[in-house]
Amino acid sequence: MLDESTVSLLFKGLGETVYMTFVSGFFGFLLGLPVGIVLFLTRKGQLLENRSYNRSLSVLVNVFRSIPFIILIVWLIPFTRAMVGTSIGVNAALVPLSIGSAPFIARLVENSLLEVPAGLVETARALGAGPIQVTRKVLLPEALPSLINNASITLITLVGYSAMGGAVGAGGLGQVGYQYGYVGYNAFIMNTVLILLIALVFLIQFLGDRLSKKFNHR
Amino acid sequence: MIAIKNISKTFRQEKKVFKALDDVSLEIEQGDIVGIIGFSGAGKSTLIRSVNLLEKPDEGQIIVNGKDLAKLSSSELAKERKKIGMIFQHFNLLSSRTVFDNVALPLELDNAGKAEISKKVNELLKVVGLEDKANEYPKSLSGGQKQRVAIARALANDPYLLLCDEATSALDPVTTQSILQLLKDINQRLGITILLITHEMDVIKAICNHVAVIDKGRLVVKGSLEEVLSDREHPIIKQFSISKTVNIPQSISSTLKREPEAGLFPLVEVELNGNILFEKLLSVIYSDYKIPYKLITADVEYLGKASFGKLLLHLQGSPVENEKAIRYFNKNNIQNTIKGYA
Repeated sequence: MLDESTVSLLFKGLGETVYMTFVSGFFGFLLGLPVGIVLFLTRKGQLLENRSYNRSLSVLVNVFRSIPFIILIVWLIPFTRAMVGTSIGVNAALVPLSIGSAPFIARLVENSLLEVPAGLVETARALGAGPIQVTRKVLLPEALPSLINNASITLITLVGYSAMGGAVGAGGLGQVGYQYGYVGYNAFIMNTVLILLIALVFLIQFLGDRLSKKFNHR
Repeated sequence: MIAIKNISKTFRQEKKVFKALDDVSLEIEQGDIVGIIGFSGAGKSTLIRSVNLLEKPDEGQIIVNGKDLAKLSSSELAKERKKIGMIFQHFNLLSSRTVFDNVALPLELDNAGKAEISKKVNELLKVVGLEDKANEYPKSLSGGQKQRVAIARALANDPYLLLCDEATSALDPVTTQSILQLLKDINQRLGITILLITHEMDVIKAICNHVAVIDKGRLVVKGSLEEVLSDREHPIIKQFSISKTVNIPQSISSTLKREPEAGLFPLVEVELNGNILFEKLLSVIYSDYKIPYKLITADVEYLGKASFGKLLLHLQGSPVENEKAIRYFNKNNIQNTIKGYA
Protein backbone atom coordinates (compact mmCIF):
# COMPACT_ATOMS: atom_id res chain seq x y z
CA MET A 1 0.00 0.00 0.00
CA LEU A 2 2.87 2.31 0.81
CA ASP A 3 4.20 2.68 -2.69
CA GLU A 4 6.64 5.38 -3.65
CA SER A 5 4.06 7.80 -5.04
CA THR A 6 1.91 7.60 -1.90
CA VAL A 7 4.93 8.21 0.33
CA SER A 8 6.03 11.23 -1.68
CA LEU A 9 2.46 12.51 -1.72
CA LEU A 10 2.25 12.28 2.07
CA PHE A 11 5.67 13.84 2.56
CA LYS A 12 4.82 16.69 0.26
CA GLY A 13 1.57 17.21 2.14
CA LEU A 14 3.33 17.13 5.51
CA GLY A 15 5.97 19.60 4.28
CA GLU A 16 3.30 21.98 3.02
CA THR A 17 1.35 21.77 6.27
CA VAL A 18 4.45 22.47 8.36
CA TYR A 19 5.31 25.35 6.04
CA MET A 20 1.84 26.88 6.20
CA THR A 21 1.61 26.43 9.97
CA PHE A 22 4.92 28.01 10.85
CA VAL A 23 5.06 30.75 8.21
CA SER A 24 1.51 31.90 8.87
CA GLY A 25 2.21 31.58 12.60
CA PHE A 26 5.16 33.91 12.10
CA PHE A 27 3.11 36.47 10.18
CA GLY A 28 0.24 36.02 12.61
CA PHE A 29 2.55 37.01 15.44
CA LEU A 30 3.96 39.87 13.42
CA LEU A 31 0.42 41.27 13.22
CA GLY A 32 -0.99 40.02 16.50
CA LEU A 33 1.85 40.78 18.90
CA PRO A 34 1.79 44.59 18.48
CA VAL A 35 -2.00 44.59 18.57
CA GLY A 36 -1.93 42.53 21.78
CA ILE A 37 0.63 44.88 23.32
CA VAL A 38 -1.46 47.93 22.44
CA LEU A 39 -4.60 46.23 23.76
CA PHE A 40 -2.79 45.65 27.04
CA LEU A 41 -1.12 49.06 27.35
CA THR A 42 -4.33 51.00 26.67
CA ARG A 43 -6.33 49.06 29.25
CA LYS A 44 -7.64 50.83 32.31
CA GLY A 45 -4.86 51.45 34.81
CA GLN A 46 -2.06 50.58 32.39
CA LEU A 47 0.72 52.77 31.07
CA LEU A 48 -1.06 54.23 28.04
CA GLU A 49 -4.60 54.02 29.34
CA ASN A 50 -6.91 55.18 26.58
CA ARG A 51 -10.52 54.11 26.60
CA SER A 52 -11.42 54.94 23.02
CA TYR A 53 -8.33 53.32 21.43
CA ASN A 54 -8.80 50.26 23.55
CA ARG A 55 -12.49 50.00 22.72
CA SER A 56 -12.09 50.40 18.95
CA LEU A 57 -9.19 47.96 18.76
CA SER A 58 -11.05 45.49 20.91
CA VAL A 59 -14.12 45.68 18.66
CA LEU A 60 -11.98 45.16 15.55
CA VAL A 61 -10.32 42.12 17.11
CA ASN A 62 -13.68 40.68 18.12
CA VAL A 63 -15.12 41.18 14.62
CA PHE A 64 -12.26 39.25 13.02
CA ARG A 65 -12.45 36.57 15.67
CA SER A 66 -16.14 36.01 14.95
CA ILE A 67 -15.66 35.23 11.25
CA PRO A 68 -15.55 31.45 10.77
CA PHE A 69 -12.24 30.56 9.16
CA ILE A 70 -13.72 28.80 6.15
CA ILE A 71 -15.72 31.94 5.33
CA LEU A 72 -12.73 34.18 5.96
CA ILE A 73 -10.77 32.29 3.27
CA VAL A 74 -13.48 32.95 0.70
CA TRP A 75 -14.12 36.49 1.86
CA LEU A 76 -10.42 37.35 1.58
CA ILE A 77 -9.98 35.95 -1.97
CA PRO A 78 -9.79 39.37 -3.70
CA PHE A 79 -7.29 40.57 -1.12
CA THR A 80 -5.27 37.35 -1.39
CA ARG A 81 -5.14 37.71 -5.18
CA ALA A 82 -3.89 41.26 -4.81
CA MET A 83 -1.22 40.17 -2.34
CA VAL A 84 0.18 36.97 -3.89
CA GLY A 85 -1.36 36.96 -7.37
CA THR A 86 -3.38 33.78 -6.89
CA SER A 87 -6.02 32.40 -4.55
CA ILE A 88 -4.93 28.75 -4.84
CA GLY A 89 -1.96 26.99 -3.32
CA VAL A 90 0.18 27.05 -0.25
CA ASN A 91 1.31 30.66 -0.50
CA ALA A 92 -2.20 31.94 -1.09
CA ALA A 93 -3.31 30.11 2.06
CA LEU A 94 -0.79 32.09 4.10
CA VAL A 95 -2.85 35.25 3.75
CA PRO A 96 -6.10 34.08 5.39
CA LEU A 97 -4.17 31.93 7.86
CA SER A 98 -2.10 34.90 9.06
CA ILE A 99 -5.03 37.28 9.14
CA GLY A 100 -7.27 34.70 10.76
CA SER A 101 -4.80 33.91 13.53
CA ALA A 102 -3.68 37.50 14.24
CA PRO A 103 -6.69 38.59 16.37
CA PHE A 104 -6.57 35.28 18.22
CA ILE A 105 -2.87 35.86 18.91
CA ALA A 106 -3.56 39.46 19.96
CA ARG A 107 -5.94 38.25 22.69
CA LEU A 108 -3.49 35.58 23.84
CA VAL A 109 -0.69 38.15 24.02
CA GLU A 110 -2.90 40.53 25.97
CA ASN A 111 -3.64 37.75 28.44
CA SER A 112 0.02 36.81 28.79
CA LEU A 113 0.91 40.40 29.59
CA LEU A 114 -1.87 40.59 32.17
CA GLU A 115 -0.15 37.80 34.07
CA VAL A 116 2.95 39.96 34.66
CA PRO A 117 2.73 41.30 38.23
CA ALA A 118 1.74 44.98 38.22
CA GLY A 119 4.49 45.70 40.76
CA LEU A 120 7.14 45.02 38.11
CA VAL A 121 5.73 47.65 35.77
CA GLU A 122 5.57 50.05 38.69
CA THR A 123 9.18 49.32 39.59
CA ALA A 124 10.30 50.00 36.04
CA ARG A 125 8.39 53.29 36.08
CA ALA A 126 10.09 54.23 39.35
CA LEU A 127 13.41 53.54 37.60
CA GLY A 128 12.47 56.08 34.96
CA ALA A 129 11.53 53.66 32.15
CA GLY A 130 9.17 54.85 29.40
CA PRO A 131 6.39 52.69 27.89
CA ILE A 132 8.61 51.22 25.17
CA GLN A 133 11.35 50.33 27.64
CA VAL A 134 8.81 48.84 30.04
CA THR A 135 7.46 46.68 27.21
CA ARG A 136 10.84 45.57 25.92
CA LYS A 137 12.70 45.12 29.20
CA VAL A 138 9.96 44.02 31.56
CA LEU A 139 6.65 42.98 30.02
CA LEU A 140 7.82 40.79 27.13
CA PRO A 141 10.71 39.03 28.94
CA GLU A 142 8.56 38.38 32.01
CA ALA A 143 5.69 37.09 29.87
CA LEU A 144 7.95 34.96 27.65
CA PRO A 145 7.14 31.52 29.10
CA SER A 146 3.43 32.28 28.82
CA LEU A 147 3.90 33.72 25.31
CA ILE A 148 5.64 30.50 24.24
CA ASN A 149 2.77 28.43 25.60
CA ASN A 150 0.37 30.60 23.65
CA ALA A 151 2.50 30.20 20.53
CA SER A 152 2.08 26.42 20.84
CA ILE A 153 -1.68 26.86 21.13
CA THR A 154 -1.66 29.12 18.07
CA LEU A 155 0.45 26.75 15.97
CA ILE A 156 -1.75 23.80 16.86
CA THR A 157 -4.82 25.82 15.88
CA LEU A 158 -3.07 26.68 12.62
CA VAL A 159 -2.44 23.00 11.88
CA GLY A 160 -6.20 22.57 12.01
CA TYR A 161 -6.92 25.74 10.02
CA SER A 162 -4.44 24.81 7.31
CA ALA A 163 -6.07 21.40 6.95
CA MET A 164 -9.41 23.18 6.56
CA GLY A 165 -7.84 25.38 3.91
CA GLY A 166 -6.67 22.22 2.15
CA ALA A 167 -10.26 21.39 1.33
CA VAL A 168 -10.55 24.58 -0.72
CA GLY A 169 -7.27 24.30 -2.58
CA ALA A 170 -4.60 25.33 -0.09
CA GLY A 171 -2.57 22.12 -0.34
CA GLY A 172 -0.95 20.32 2.56
CA LEU A 173 -2.12 17.27 4.47
CA GLY A 174 -5.64 18.65 4.56
CA GLN A 175 -5.92 18.50 0.81
CA VAL A 176 -4.38 15.02 0.64
CA GLY A 177 -6.79 13.76 3.27
CA TYR A 178 -9.75 15.41 1.61
CA GLN A 179 -9.01 14.35 -1.96
CA TYR A 180 -7.76 10.84 -1.39
CA GLY A 181 -9.67 10.10 1.73
CA TYR A 182 -13.04 11.82 1.37
CA VAL A 183 -13.43 12.09 -2.41
CA GLY A 184 -11.50 8.93 -3.41
CA TYR A 185 -12.37 7.10 -0.22
CA ASN A 186 -8.92 5.66 0.45
CA ALA A 187 -9.13 4.81 4.12
CA PHE A 188 -5.44 4.05 4.38
CA ILE A 189 -4.35 7.49 3.17
CA MET A 190 -6.97 9.20 5.27
CA ASN A 191 -5.82 7.40 8.40
CA THR A 192 -2.16 8.07 7.65
CA VAL A 193 -2.95 11.77 7.21
CA LEU A 194 -4.69 11.72 10.57
CA ILE A 195 -1.75 10.04 12.28
CA LEU A 196 0.67 12.54 10.74
CA LEU A 197 -1.48 15.48 11.92
CA ILE A 198 -1.68 14.00 15.41
CA ALA A 199 2.08 13.47 15.48
CA LEU A 200 2.64 17.06 14.34
CA VAL A 201 0.38 18.45 17.05
CA PHE A 202 2.07 16.35 19.73
CA LEU A 203 5.49 17.46 18.54
CA ILE A 204 4.54 21.16 18.64
CA GLN A 205 3.10 20.78 22.12
CA PHE A 206 6.14 18.88 23.34
CA LEU A 207 8.65 21.40 21.96
CA GLY A 208 6.55 24.31 23.21
CA ASP A 209 6.44 22.90 26.73
CA ARG A 210 10.18 22.29 26.74
CA LEU A 211 10.95 25.79 25.51
CA SER A 212 8.54 27.46 27.89
CA LYS A 213 10.03 25.57 30.82
CA LYS A 214 13.51 26.56 29.79
CA PHE A 215 12.64 30.25 29.99
CA ASN A 216 10.55 30.01 33.13
CA HIS A 217 12.49 31.10 36.20
CA ARG A 218 9.54 31.90 38.41
CA MET B 1 15.72 69.25 50.22
CA ILE B 2 12.45 67.40 49.68
CA ALA B 3 9.31 69.27 50.51
CA ILE B 4 5.90 67.69 50.37
CA LYS B 5 3.50 70.62 50.37
CA ASN B 6 -0.19 70.28 51.19
CA ILE B 7 -0.84 67.21 49.08
CA SER B 8 -4.25 65.60 48.93
CA LYS B 9 -5.44 62.55 47.07
CA THR B 10 -8.93 61.14 46.77
CA PHE B 11 -9.76 57.78 45.26
CA ARG B 12 -13.16 57.27 43.74
CA GLN B 13 -14.43 53.78 43.21
CA GLU B 14 -17.86 53.66 41.71
CA LYS B 15 -19.87 55.44 44.40
CA LYS B 16 -17.33 55.24 47.19
CA VAL B 17 -15.05 58.18 47.84
CA PHE B 18 -11.92 57.57 49.85
CA LYS B 19 -9.63 60.37 50.92
CA ALA B 20 -6.21 58.72 51.09
CA LEU B 21 -4.23 61.89 51.74
CA ASP B 22 -5.59 65.02 53.34
CA ASP B 23 -3.43 68.14 53.21
CA VAL B 24 -0.14 66.41 54.05
CA SER B 25 3.05 68.44 54.39
CA LEU B 26 6.48 67.13 55.30
CA GLU B 27 10.03 68.34 54.89
CA ILE B 28 12.93 65.99 54.63
CA GLU B 29 16.50 67.16 55.14
CA GLN B 30 19.45 65.92 53.13
CA GLY B 31 21.05 62.87 54.77
CA ASP B 32 18.19 62.24 57.19
CA ILE B 33 16.32 58.99 57.77
CA VAL B 34 12.63 59.76 58.07
CA GLY B 35 10.00 57.19 58.94
CA ILE B 36 6.27 57.42 58.44
CA ILE B 37 4.26 55.03 60.54
CA GLY B 38 0.60 54.23 60.28
CA PHE B 39 -1.90 51.40 60.30
CA SER B 40 -2.88 49.79 57.02
CA GLY B 41 -5.20 52.02 55.07
CA ALA B 42 -3.87 55.15 56.75
CA GLY B 43 -2.50 56.45 53.45
CA LYS B 44 1.19 55.86 54.00
CA SER B 45 1.66 53.90 50.80
CA THR B 46 -0.08 56.60 48.76
CA LEU B 47 2.14 59.18 50.43
CA ILE B 48 5.44 57.51 49.59
CA ARG B 49 4.29 56.77 46.04
CA SER B 50 3.46 60.45 45.64
CA VAL B 51 7.07 61.42 46.20
CA ASN B 52 8.18 60.05 42.83
CA LEU B 53 4.73 60.62 41.37
CA LEU B 54 3.86 56.96 40.87
CA GLU B 55 0.65 58.30 42.35
CA LYS B 56 -0.32 61.78 41.23
CA PRO B 57 -1.71 63.88 44.05
CA ASP B 58 -4.88 65.86 43.25
CA GLU B 59 -3.56 68.93 45.00
CA GLY B 60 -0.29 70.17 46.42
CA GLN B 61 3.32 70.07 45.35
CA ILE B 62 6.30 67.77 45.59
CA ILE B 63 9.40 69.94 45.51
CA VAL B 64 12.61 68.00 45.02
CA ASN B 65 15.82 70.02 44.90
CA GLY B 66 13.83 73.10 44.01
CA LYS B 67 11.86 71.45 41.21
CA ASP B 68 8.13 70.93 41.27
CA LEU B 69 7.84 67.34 40.00
CA ALA B 70 4.23 67.68 38.87
CA LYS B 71 5.21 70.44 36.45
CA LEU B 72 7.83 68.34 34.62
CA SER B 73 7.28 66.71 31.24
CA SER B 74 7.22 62.92 31.25
CA SER B 75 10.81 62.65 30.02
CA GLU B 76 12.03 65.16 32.62
CA LEU B 77 10.11 63.27 35.27
CA ALA B 78 11.72 59.99 34.16
CA LYS B 79 15.11 61.68 34.57
CA GLU B 80 14.25 62.81 38.10
CA ARG B 81 12.93 59.36 38.98
CA LYS B 82 16.28 57.83 38.11
CA LYS B 83 17.79 59.79 40.98
CA ILE B 84 15.18 58.53 43.43
CA GLY B 85 15.66 54.86 44.29
CA MET B 86 12.75 52.80 45.51
CA ILE B 87 12.38 49.41 47.17
CA PHE B 88 9.17 47.51 47.82
CA GLN B 89 7.58 45.06 50.23
CA HIS B 90 7.56 42.29 47.64
CA PHE B 91 10.98 43.14 46.19
CA ASN B 92 9.68 43.29 42.59
CA LEU B 93 12.64 41.57 41.00
CA LEU B 94 12.33 40.40 37.41
CA SER B 95 12.06 36.61 37.50
CA SER B 96 13.45 36.36 33.97
CA ARG B 97 16.73 38.02 34.91
CA THR B 98 19.64 36.86 37.01
CA VAL B 99 20.72 38.82 40.07
CA PHE B 100 23.37 40.55 37.96
CA ASP B 101 20.91 41.47 35.21
CA ASN B 102 18.34 42.72 37.70
CA VAL B 103 20.85 45.16 39.15
CA ALA B 104 21.93 46.06 35.61
CA LEU B 105 18.39 47.00 34.54
CA PRO B 106 18.50 50.70 35.50
CA LEU B 107 21.85 51.04 33.73
CA GLU B 108 20.50 49.34 30.61
CA LEU B 109 17.63 51.82 30.59
CA ASP B 110 20.28 54.52 30.30
CA ASN B 111 22.03 52.63 27.50
CA ALA B 112 25.22 52.27 29.52
CA GLY B 113 28.10 50.29 27.97
CA LYS B 114 28.76 46.66 28.87
CA ALA B 115 32.04 47.33 30.67
CA GLU B 116 30.52 50.15 32.68
CA ILE B 117 27.53 48.03 33.63
CA SER B 118 29.68 45.12 34.70
CA LYS B 119 31.91 47.34 36.85
CA LYS B 120 29.02 49.12 38.53
CA VAL B 121 26.94 45.99 39.14
CA ASN B 122 29.82 44.11 40.73
CA GLU B 123 30.50 47.10 42.95
CA LEU B 124 26.87 47.24 44.06
CA LEU B 125 26.67 43.50 44.68
CA LYS B 126 29.66 43.91 46.97
CA VAL B 127 27.88 46.70 48.87
CA VAL B 128 24.94 44.39 49.58
CA GLY B 129 27.13 41.32 50.10
CA LEU B 130 25.86 39.16 47.24
CA GLU B 131 28.87 38.92 44.91
CA ASP B 132 28.61 35.15 44.86
CA LYS B 133 24.95 35.16 43.78
CA ALA B 134 25.43 37.20 40.60
CA ASN B 135 24.37 34.41 38.25
CA GLU B 136 21.48 33.02 40.25
CA TYR B 137 17.86 33.69 39.47
CA PRO B 138 15.73 35.44 42.12
CA LYS B 139 13.65 32.33 42.75
CA SER B 140 16.61 30.63 44.42
CA LEU B 141 17.17 33.51 46.87
CA SER B 142 15.75 34.03 50.35
CA GLY B 143 13.55 37.05 51.10
CA GLY B 144 16.40 38.97 52.68
CA GLN B 145 18.67 38.28 49.73
CA LYS B 146 15.96 39.40 47.32
CA GLN B 147 15.61 42.68 49.17
CA ARG B 148 19.39 43.13 49.02
CA VAL B 149 19.28 42.70 45.25
CA ALA B 150 16.45 45.24 45.11
CA ILE B 151 18.52 47.66 47.19
CA ALA B 152 21.50 47.21 44.85
CA ARG B 153 19.21 47.88 41.90
CA ALA B 154 17.82 51.00 43.58
CA LEU B 155 21.37 52.29 44.10
CA ALA B 156 22.49 51.72 40.51
CA ASN B 157 21.73 55.26 39.36
CA ASP B 158 23.48 56.83 42.38
CA PRO B 159 20.27 58.23 43.85
CA TYR B 160 20.23 60.94 46.52
CA LEU B 161 16.97 59.62 47.96
CA LEU B 162 15.82 56.10 48.71
CA LEU B 163 12.11 55.40 49.18
CA CYS B 164 11.31 52.25 51.16
CA ASP B 165 7.73 51.07 50.76
CA GLU B 166 7.23 48.59 53.65
CA ALA B 167 10.61 47.16 52.69
CA THR B 168 10.90 44.82 55.66
CA SER B 169 7.25 43.85 56.15
CA ALA B 170 7.63 40.53 54.34
CA LEU B 171 10.77 39.56 56.26
CA ASP B 172 11.35 37.76 59.54
CA PRO B 173 12.66 39.80 62.51
CA VAL B 174 16.31 38.79 62.15
CA THR B 175 16.38 39.51 58.42
CA THR B 176 14.53 42.75 59.06
CA GLN B 177 17.29 43.89 61.40
CA SER B 178 20.02 43.03 58.89
CA ILE B 179 18.24 44.91 56.09
CA LEU B 180 17.74 47.91 58.39
CA GLN B 181 21.43 47.84 59.27
CA LEU B 182 22.26 47.80 55.57
CA LEU B 183 20.00 50.82 55.00
CA LYS B 184 21.59 52.67 57.89
CA ASP B 185 25.01 51.83 56.51
CA ILE B 186 24.03 53.11 53.07
CA ASN B 187 22.70 56.29 54.62
CA GLN B 188 25.94 56.90 56.49
CA ARG B 189 28.46 55.77 53.90
CA LEU B 190 26.84 57.12 50.77
CA GLY B 191 24.93 60.00 52.35
CA ILE B 192 21.67 58.89 50.77
CA THR B 193 18.52 60.33 52.34
CA ILE B 194 15.98 57.67 53.27
CA LEU B 195 12.21 57.97 53.51
CA LEU B 196 10.48 54.84 54.70
CA ILE B 197 6.97 53.82 55.57
CA THR B 198 6.11 51.00 57.91
CA HIS B 199 3.50 49.76 60.35
CA GLU B 200 6.14 48.50 62.77
CA MET B 201 7.42 50.73 65.56
CA ASP B 202 10.55 48.58 65.83
CA VAL B 203 11.61 49.59 62.32
CA ILE B 204 11.20 53.26 63.22
CA LYS B 205 13.12 52.85 66.46
CA ALA B 206 15.92 50.97 64.74
CA ILE B 207 16.97 53.55 62.17
CA CYS B 208 14.86 56.72 61.96
CA ASN B 209 15.96 60.13 63.14
CA HIS B 210 12.64 61.78 62.39
CA VAL B 211 9.17 60.31 62.51
CA ALA B 212 5.73 61.24 61.29
CA VAL B 213 2.58 59.41 62.27
CA ILE B 214 -0.12 59.17 59.64
CA ASP B 215 -3.74 58.43 60.43
CA LYS B 216 -6.74 58.60 58.10
CA GLY B 217 -4.72 60.47 55.50
CA ARG B 218 -3.38 63.14 57.84
CA LEU B 219 0.00 63.53 59.49
CA VAL B 220 -1.01 63.75 63.13
CA VAL B 221 2.44 64.01 64.74
CA LYS B 222 5.84 64.99 63.39
CA GLY B 223 9.17 65.34 65.13
CA SER B 224 12.40 63.72 66.16
CA LEU B 225 12.23 60.11 67.29
CA GLU B 226 12.61 61.02 70.99
CA GLU B 227 9.98 63.72 70.77
CA VAL B 228 7.45 61.47 69.15
CA LEU B 229 8.11 58.48 71.39
CA SER B 230 7.82 60.50 74.58
CA ASP B 231 4.45 61.88 73.50
CA ARG B 232 2.67 58.96 75.18
CA GLU B 233 -0.54 60.89 75.55
CA HIS B 234 -1.26 60.80 71.85
CA PRO B 235 -3.73 57.95 71.26
CA ILE B 236 -2.14 56.81 67.99
CA ILE B 237 1.39 56.78 69.36
CA LYS B 238 0.12 54.98 72.41
CA GLN B 239 -1.25 52.21 70.24
CA PHE B 240 2.02 51.83 68.43
CA SER B 241 4.34 52.03 71.37
CA ILE B 242 2.57 49.97 73.99
CA SER B 243 5.26 47.39 74.26
CA LYS B 244 4.21 43.85 74.69
CA THR B 245 2.81 43.22 78.16
CA VAL B 246 5.41 42.05 80.58
CA ASN B 247 4.87 38.44 81.48
CA ILE B 248 5.19 37.43 85.09
CA PRO B 249 7.19 34.21 85.28
CA GLN B 250 5.12 31.19 86.27
CA SER B 251 7.16 30.45 89.41
CA ILE B 252 6.10 33.83 90.80
CA SER B 253 2.61 34.14 89.38
CA SER B 254 1.57 30.84 90.94
CA THR B 255 2.26 32.17 94.44
CA LEU B 256 1.28 35.78 93.77
CA LYS B 257 -1.16 37.25 96.31
CA ARG B 258 -3.43 40.19 95.64
CA GLU B 259 -3.15 41.70 99.13
CA PRO B 260 0.00 42.41 101.12
CA GLU B 261 0.88 39.84 103.77
CA ALA B 262 3.66 39.59 106.27
CA GLY B 263 6.77 38.16 104.62
CA LEU B 264 5.62 38.98 101.08
CA PHE B 265 7.17 41.67 98.93
CA PRO B 266 5.54 43.82 96.23
CA LEU B 267 6.01 43.02 92.55
CA VAL B 268 6.07 46.33 90.67
CA GLU B 269 5.78 46.91 86.95
CA VAL B 270 7.63 50.09 86.03
CA GLU B 271 7.27 51.84 82.68
CA LEU B 272 10.14 53.96 81.41
CA ASN B 273 8.99 56.87 79.30
CA GLY B 274 12.33 58.43 78.59
CA ASN B 275 12.28 60.62 81.68
CA ILE B 276 14.75 58.49 83.61
CA LEU B 277 17.62 56.29 82.54
CA PHE B 278 17.34 52.60 83.35
CA GLU B 279 20.66 52.57 85.27
CA LYS B 280 19.69 55.69 87.18
CA LEU B 281 16.47 54.08 88.34
CA LEU B 282 18.25 50.98 89.61
CA SER B 283 20.96 52.98 91.35
CA VAL B 284 18.36 55.16 93.09
CA ILE B 285 16.68 52.08 94.52
CA TYR B 286 19.83 50.28 95.49
CA SER B 287 22.30 53.01 96.45
CA ASP B 288 20.11 55.92 97.56
CA TYR B 289 17.25 54.02 99.22
CA LYS B 290 19.29 50.90 100.03
CA ILE B 291 16.43 48.61 99.07
CA PRO B 292 17.38 45.10 98.02
CA TYR B 293 15.50 44.05 94.90
CA LYS B 294 15.26 41.38 92.24
CA LEU B 295 14.97 42.45 88.62
CA ILE B 296 12.57 39.84 87.24
CA THR B 297 12.32 40.97 83.62
CA ALA B 298 13.34 44.06 81.68
CA ASP B 299 12.47 45.05 78.13
CA VAL B 300 14.32 48.31 77.75
CA GLU B 301 15.53 50.23 74.75
CA TYR B 302 17.91 53.15 74.60
CA LEU B 303 17.16 55.99 72.25
CA GLY B 304 19.80 58.63 72.47
CA LYS B 305 20.02 59.52 76.16
CA ALA B 306 16.63 58.14 77.10
CA SER B 307 15.39 54.70 78.08
CA PHE B 308 12.03 53.33 77.04
CA GLY B 309 10.39 50.10 78.03
CA LYS B 310 8.99 48.08 80.87
CA LEU B 311 10.51 46.23 83.79
CA LEU B 312 9.30 44.01 86.54
CA LEU B 313 10.87 44.69 89.93
CA HIS B 314 10.53 42.60 93.02
CA LEU B 315 11.24 45.06 95.84
CA GLN B 316 12.56 43.21 98.87
CA GLY B 317 12.99 45.93 101.47
CA SER B 318 10.86 46.59 104.56
CA PRO B 319 7.30 47.83 103.86
CA VAL B 320 8.38 51.38 104.76
CA GLU B 321 11.37 51.26 102.41
CA ASN B 322 9.32 49.84 99.57
CA GLU B 323 6.73 52.57 100.08
CA LYS B 324 9.52 55.14 99.72
CA ALA B 325 10.51 53.75 96.36
CA ILE B 326 6.94 53.87 95.08
CA ARG B 327 6.67 57.45 96.27
CA TYR B 328 9.88 58.27 94.41
CA PHE B 329 8.38 56.79 91.20
CA ASN B 330 5.19 58.78 91.57
CA LYS B 331 7.07 61.99 92.34
CA ASN B 332 9.13 61.61 89.17
CA ASN B 333 6.24 60.66 86.95
CA ILE B 334 7.44 57.12 86.47
CA GLN B 335 4.40 54.97 85.78
CA ASN B 336 4.20 51.99 88.10
CA THR B 337 1.68 49.35 89.01
CA ILE B 338 1.82 46.86 91.83
CA LYS B 339 1.06 43.52 90.22
CA GLY B 340 0.76 41.69 93.54
CA TYR B 341 2.80 40.38 96.44
CA ALA B 342 5.11 37.40 96.53
